Amino acid sequence: MMLFALFFYLFAGICVASAFMVIAVKNPVHAVLFLILAFFNAAGLFVLLGAEFLAMILIVVYVGAVLVLFLFVVMMLDVDFAELRAGFLKYLPIGATIGIVLLIELVLVLAAWVTAPGIVALAPAPSASQMSNTVALGQILYTKYVYLFEAAGLILLVAMIGAIVLTLQHKRDVKRQSVPRQVARTRERAVEVVEVETGRGLS
Amino acid sequence: MTISLSHYLTVAAILFTLGIFGIFLNRKNVIVILMSVELMLLAVNLNLVAFSAFHGDLVGQVFALIVLTVAAAEAAIGLAIIVVYFRNRGTIDVAEIDLLKG
Repeated sequence: MMLFALFFYLFAGICVASAFMVIAVKNPVHAVLFLILAFFNAAGLFVLLGAEFLAMILIVVYVGAVLVLFLFVVMMLDVDFAELRAGFLKYLPIGATIGIVLLIELVLVLAAWVTAPGIVALAPAPSASQMSNTVALGQILYTKYVYLFEAAGLILLVAMIGAIVLTLQHKRDVKRQSVPRQVARTRERAVEVVEVETGRGLS
Repeated sequence: MTISLSHYLTVAAILFTLGIFGIFLNRKNVIVILMSVELMLLAVNLNLVAFSAFHGDLVGQVFALIVLTVAAAEAAIGLAIIVVYFRNRGTIDVAEIDLLKG
């Protein structure tokens, strides 16, 4: 139990500290790297909670795909990031005020919060000795929540098509190979036989 | 020294607040704003998973999975819009994204 608490405070501490660094560092590349650190430690917290599948998804899909995409975009854009930080200190008071008010509200809600007695779990989680978290999650995700799962797939498809449509650009002055036109070419359209009189040549 | 539900909820609340703080602090940089939104979604996911684990109910984790999906889609579309905008205007300053004059 002691070890459990130790790891909780380790993961939580690093997670909060790197989340603070995300919004505080000057270089956006460093911000993305700190965001990756924050997500890794959040995955550690998920493991402590027994949600191993979500933890692995967070690392593989989120850190592996989404945050690397962030990194690519930050490095691709040639932006003067120092100029974008001009209003940093100007917005500090109002940001801090709203942040502190929100934090106090959230903590007050947490302190006064109780679970209703007699609450029934919609999908009771089996104990870890019976089956692993991944098996249990799959058994309800593909049966009871299959429509939700399909909708998630649809969202990803739409996002993928949208991102491609937005960023794909056809350049006017670039010649491209058109396979159908090449295949549809016939001998009659490609070759012309010209009768040339002797000694005249073609003008 | 046992870790209770409120420990996790406090961590999530701090993360969420840092996300909002980040949006206010970096009002000109869209990329950092998107990263702050990611932080807030992470905090929400942490809440969902914590409730799911402490109540012994798997639905919270299913919902966290859906939130993760939507967050990934949002990041992809958002970054695509930023790239297109930068290609057209040469800047990603939020203060200058006012062509529509909403």
